[in-house]
Amino acid sequence: MNVLLEMRNITKTFPGVKALGNVNLQVKEGEIHALMGENGAGKSTLMKVLSGVYPHGSYEGDILFNGKVCEFRSIRHSEELGIVIIHQELALIPQLSIAENIFLGNEQSVRGVINWHTTTVRTRELLQKVGLNENPNTEAGSIGVGKQQLVEIAKAFSKKVKLLILDEPTAALNEEDSENLLNLMLEFKKQGITSIIISHKLNEIMKVADSITILRDGRTIETLDVHADNITEDRIIKGMVGRDLTHRYPEREPNIGAALFEAKRWTVYHPAQTDRKVVDDVNFDVKRGEIVGIAGLMGAGRTELAMSIFGQSYGKRISGQLFKDGQELKLTNISKAIDAGIAYVTEDRKEYGLILMDDIKRNTTLANLRQISKWFVVDDNREVVEAEGFRKKLNIKTPSIHQKTGNLSGGNQQKVVLSKWIFTGPDLLILDEPTRGIDVGAKYEIYTIINQLADQGKGILMISSELPELLGMCDRIYVMNEGRFTGVVPREEASQEVLMKYMTSRG
Amino acid sequence: METALRAIRGNVRQYGMIIALIFIMLLFQILSDGILLKPLNITNLILQNSYILILAIGMLLVIITGHIDLSVGSVAAFVGAVSAIMMVNHQMPFPIAIVLSLLIGAAVGAWQGFWVAYVRIPSFIVTLAGMLLFRGLTMLVLDGKSVAPFSAGFLSISTGFIPDLPGERDLHMVTLLAGIVFSLLYIFMEWRARLIQRQYQFDVLPFPLYLAQLIGIVLVINLFTYVLASYKGLPNILIMLLVLVTVYTFVMRKTVMGRHIYALGGNEKAAKLSGVKTKKVTFWVFVNMGVMAALAGLVFAARLNAATPKAGVNFELDAIAAAFIGGASASGGVGTVIGAIIGGLVMGVMNNGMSLIGLGIDYQQGIKGLVLLLAVAFDLYNKNKAS
Repeated sequence: MNVLLEMRNITKTFPGVKALGNVNLQVKEGEIHALMGENGAGKSTLMKVLSGVYPHGSYEGDILFNGKVCEFRSIRHSEELGIVIIHQELALIPQLSIAENIFLGNEQSVRGVINWHTTTVRTRELLQKVGLNENPNTEAGSIGVGKQQLVEIAKAFSKKVKLLILDEPTAALNEEDSENLLNLMLEFKKQGITSIIISHKLNEIMKVADSITILRDGRTIETLDVHADNITEDRIIKGMVGRDLTHRYPEREPNIGAALFEAKRWTVYHPAQTDRKVVDDVNFDVKRGEIVGIAGLMGAGRTELAMSIFGQSYGKRISGQLFKDGQELKLTNISKAIDAGIAYVTEDRKEYGLILMDDIKRNTTLANLRQISKWFVVDDNREVVEAEGFRKKLNIKTPSIHQKTGNLSGGNQQKVVLSKWIFTGPDLLILDEPTRGIDVGAKYEIYTIINQLADQGKGILMISSELPELLGMCDRIYVMNEGRFTGVVPREEASQEVLMKYMTSRG
Repeated sequence: METALRAIRGNVRQYGMIIALIFIMLLFQILSDGILLKPLNITNLILQNSYILILAIGMLLVIITGHIDLSVGSVAAFVGAVSAIMMVNHQMPFPIAIVLSLLIGAAVGAWQGFWVAYVRIPSFIVTLAGMLLFRGLTMLVLDGKSVAPFSAGFLSISTGFIPDLPGERDLHMVTLLAGIVFSLLYIFMEWRARLIQRQYQFDVLPFPLYLAQLIGIVLVINLFTYVLASYKGLPNILIMLLVLVTVYTFVMRKTVMGRHIYALGGNEKAAKLSGVKTKKVTFWVFVNMGVMAALAGLVFAARLNAATPKAGVNFELDAIAAAFIGGASASGGVGTVIGAIIGGLVMGVMNNGMSLIGLGIDYQQGIKGLVLLLAVAFDLYNKNKAS
């Protein structure tokens, strides 16, 4: 078979970070090629290089398409040659019709006047091709996510696609829609279309892929031929993980005490799609002094679980029971959760964690103003003392606590968020991706703070997409997949392979 | 020294506005051949702008939460009209009528707050509807006619002055005395704050600078009361304004409620996840705006000695302009009560000054528009430079 696409020695650096280092990728004509790797391994960056999001000149290395060297300046440029990428976040405009979406930017027009007849006819053809039975005039926002995905693919076909790239196409789909999509990919293969699929779901990859290229830390690890090499899921996992774990995590002697927090039969429905269970019958517990991890892929429902516990700040039709120190909790709003000694350190600190235009001290005290006020009057002086205390204790690097949090680095911002929640005097801290987007040095400091909190007898529930982090920090790790807990692994038995297996299995 | 610099740097916007206000006052003082700062005119300035300043305080809170209220002019007119019906047509004693009017204002605010906070309709739309609705109700209540006159007691809110000691003098003694009392109070508060900060071992202003600041402000206070004393003394309405400014500055700077309002405007999601009851806070900010609009409506009716269907037209625009000129941010989370008052005064002095020198209303409108635009552009420029 001919090689359709070859990417040679691609190196891409961002200020301070090498995202890709000498990555090689060879895609043969007519195959389905899977690109695999952990979050942050460089898959999306590589595809952005390929599609021209990062234009020629911003990276090193060569792209050969159909044997010719290509220098893409923009997405439009790569699309002209038939390379179409469908992103994880769908780019449809919900208010426009399916037909309008498909031909957006590529309108069927004569001298600027749209020919709606051709548009509709061609849309119908395209929809038939992807097996979607919908009226072209239906609003794109009114059909399900699975169908929207198909509309995206139809849109790709409207551009005479030669190489179709699907970035986590099934992440937001249910089982049936995923199955359909995979079958469709196999159908396209028969028609001679080459595809690249990025996915975390091993079973899907095993089903459709002909070859697999594995990336780790911005490097190509290997390319496997699924048919020839007798590949198993374990073999793929082994390629994806495996890195030096020494000294990236501070030492800690676990001192695990009495039961602190327990959730029983916790079930949460999606706020908009009210028949979709986002968290499904989950049971777990956290003991005093224990660091408990929750592993899972993006979209597994981990953040939703945490937020639904934290004063029902996410979800509808929440059912199940929560216990703290044996007492049942009724946390119907966030203030009650805070009063009950629960803190939730949010995933996205800029969006949900901090008030960026306010300074460090105001952010530090926001969730517990009561403690520094008398008769609802805030004592500014005590506020300064408290914030100053946290600055020293957590080593927040800043000229003063009057600094706006918007001007701090990621690591220091995270320390301010931690200060805020430690200041509420919690017994249980839920940490959602506590080290995302933070450099290695600051990570170590955050880990040290987390260990100290555990040593003080607090319970820690830590959500993370970085498996090494969970393995390095946690006493016990729950694994979540598609809203359910598929396994719980004690520290001694935990390895990336074991976790990966649970993360992709149906519990 | 660092604290002093920080204080100055942190308040560039506000100091900038104070300097601009002084500049504008001096400009018109010269252009109007010294009429602007005559005791009579200063008193007029206060009376003329009182209701806009009251609205500006309420509007500032609304803007800090990231919303807007376009209905305040109509609400003021509506409450003025209802109060006139109560007092003029039904001879209700004015204190009772005032309380009832303020309650009506609160109810109007609750109505709008409900739609904004709980149904989450954009405030622009809710209050645009309110603007039409309450203008219509005003005309309905008044049957298209003006209702007048009010009792002398009610009129004294807007046109009265504090009483003086018996006897004939050139200067209003109680006013001068009030200036001195106010100065002493100010010195005491500053001294106490400094003492407490010392206890906490914080940096404080170096003593000479601190003293200079005290003397400066005491001088300004007494000069101001002296000017007023040489006319009829302190207007009642000024007392009310001072109380409002003090109370709201305190609430916004010192109380948990104030913190929650700022936090809500700064980042609603983060505030909510920190336990701020965002809906409740939004609701009450609108209730407060309703009460302030009612108060402004009463003051305006008393000043005009009539309730008219056309009262309060464009008040909302002046109030919004005042808040923005005074440093509030259209995206929420930023702004001070003092800033809004200074912004209101900038507009007021310009109105008054331009009228004094005989500039037509056409020029006045245009110039005010440009001032608003430049003030906000200056604000953005500062912010970009800072980051």
